[in-house]
Amino acid sequence: MDVSLDLLMNAVISGLLLGGFYAAVSIGVAISFGMLDIVNIAHPAFILLGSYVAYIANTVLGVDPILAAVIALPAFYLLGMAVYQVYYVAFERRDDQSLRGLSFFFGLLFIAEVGLILVFGVDYRSVNAPYIGPSLRLVLFDLPYRLLVPFLVAMAMAVGLQLFLSRTFLGRAIQAVAQDQLALQLMAANPVKIKRIAFGLSIATASLAGACLIIIQPVEPSIGREYIGRIFAICVLGGLGSFPGMIIAAMTLGIVESLTSTFFGPSWSPAVAFGVLLVTLAVRPSGILGR
Amino acid sequence: MRGGPFILVLIAVAAVIFGLARWLDNSYAFFVGYVVVQYIVLGTAWNILGGYTGYVNFGITAFFAIGAYSSVVLHKLVPAMPLPAMIVVGGLMAGIVGVGTGYLTLRLRGVYFSIATLALAVVVQTLITNWDFVGGARGAYVLRPRTAPLIGGGYIDYLFLIMLGLCVAALATARAIERSALGFGFAAIRDDEAAAEASGVPTLKLKLIATGLSGGFMGMAGAPLPFYVTYLDPSSGFSLNYAVNAIAMPLIGGTSSWLGPVVGAVLVGGLQEYLRVTISSAVNVLVAGVLMVVFVIIAPQGIVGLFKRKRR
Repeated sequence: MDVSLDLLMNAVISGLLLGGFYAAVSIGVAISFGMLDIVNIAHPAFILLGSYVAYIANTVLGVDPILAAVIALPAFYLLGMAVYQVYYVAFERRDDQSLRGLSFFFGLLFIAEVGLILVFGVDYRSVNAPYIGPSLRLVLFDLPYRLLVPFLVAMAMAVGLQLFLSRTFLGRAIQAVAQDQLALQLMAANPVKIKRIAFGLSIATASLAGACLIIIQPVEPSIGREYIGRIFAICVLGGLGSFPGMIIAAMTLGIVESLTSTFFGPSWSPAVAFGVLLVTLAVRPSGILGR
Repeated sequence: MRGGPFILVLIAVAAVIFGLARWLDNSYAFFVGYVVVQYIVLGTAWNILGGYTGYVNFGITAFFAIGAYSSVVLHKLVPAMPLPAMIVVGGLMAGIVGVGTGYLTLRLRGVYFSIATLALAVVVQTLITNWDFVGGARGAYVLRPRTAPLIGGGYIDYLFLIMLGLCVAALATARAIERSALGFGFAAIRDDEAAAEASGVPTLKLKLIATGLSGGFMGMAGAPLPFYVTYLDPSSGFSLNYAVNAIAMPLIGGTSSWLGPVVGAVLVGGLQEYLRVTISSAVNVLVAGVLMVVFVIIAPQGIVGLFKRKRR
């Protein structure tokens, strides 16, 4: 195979940018699965919901997709709190998370997908924004703005959430829930309330991640499923509950996928995440920076 | 009832159903009956792992499609191969994949297995989409014979009969597991895996047996699919409907016994067919998802569980 340095360089750079986007997609699960121990496999469905909100705002009102996602943040936060409330009452309180709790989220994923098909059909939808198309030309390589913008949004989200979790009282309380729920209760704090807030935050990130998704690629209702493998591969590889680990894992996956699609064809890239996931689970289940 | 008589009763019921369908002599009845019975097999297969040991498999489509595509391959290589032989091969292939996935992930917490199976479905779909021999993304055509071998009549009669036979085998296996040491071991894993391990239950081995059996039956249920649809492409073979139905039906019917998946499949499958004819085919797929969510929230023991509670 003719591996030119130029091609390799571009593949690595776009993989890094793609990895940044993957971090945006995974950060919600890093909170819900990594910290709250809620295996929200329906997260991609919320991301797609975010994409379609951005799509409607963009095509009907002409709003920038990222701006639309920021405006929609509170709505997603409330939606997340509502979902957690149902989950808590129906499963967590009964201590029946594994079988039925998982099935609940799987059902949500399916209902969301079919609902989106019924409303929007199976056509690919895309948005318009000035930064979709042109590239930032540097000497050695190009940086497409289409990938650069989601990358920056993802980094802003990760840094913001990390600061929130380590500097504010509420953020520390969320980390405390992740460490020892009983101890938190003994400190007279209500773990359910804190988990509700944290789960709301995790779903709120889906709004921004959804806008990033529809900037990067056209969206149709069933592509969410491809992201389940990626998201959980990233969270497991990064080590649960660690944001820096998650970002490293996301970039690793992005680069490996980008190299795979450059040298073997894009139709193979969905298989990469599964390979990474299986190898991690078999070799080092606690991830790169696991607790 | 002991195992032997139970199997005879199952065979008798299956024979009556088949005789009834023959007497109606309506190919629509065969097409609908095939789908419902196929879901009984899929639901029972899922329940062997999900209901008995408590490990959730979301990759039903992977196992189902492995069965279906192994039939496509065999049909291309050896066109004269009889369908039952294809079913055995398809079941073996899916069972091996099940044991392999299980071996890598079942030593960890249960959720990792569930996540791995979700990803497995995407991966098998990617492999098949890129495999030109079985048609790749374009799909594969399978010409089914005009008439059925041995029994005469349309080929769909034969497919229905085969699926009924598989259903008898799956139900007999499930019920035999429930009443054997294997079943008690499964239940121990479901209720408290650490305690089971401490009491000397070989948990990993039992989980691998359950995964292999469950995956194998899913593969067997998928093996006749190419002959049923005659055109198979990755997006229809890996349709999420199969996964949702196969999980929803046992959960709605009740996961604790072999009867649950049967009740769930007959009720939900029947309702879906009714809605498809009367309203639209888009709405009927929603039903299983919505019913599943409603049932896991309101009636976690399923329909069979509701009746059991009343009797006490």
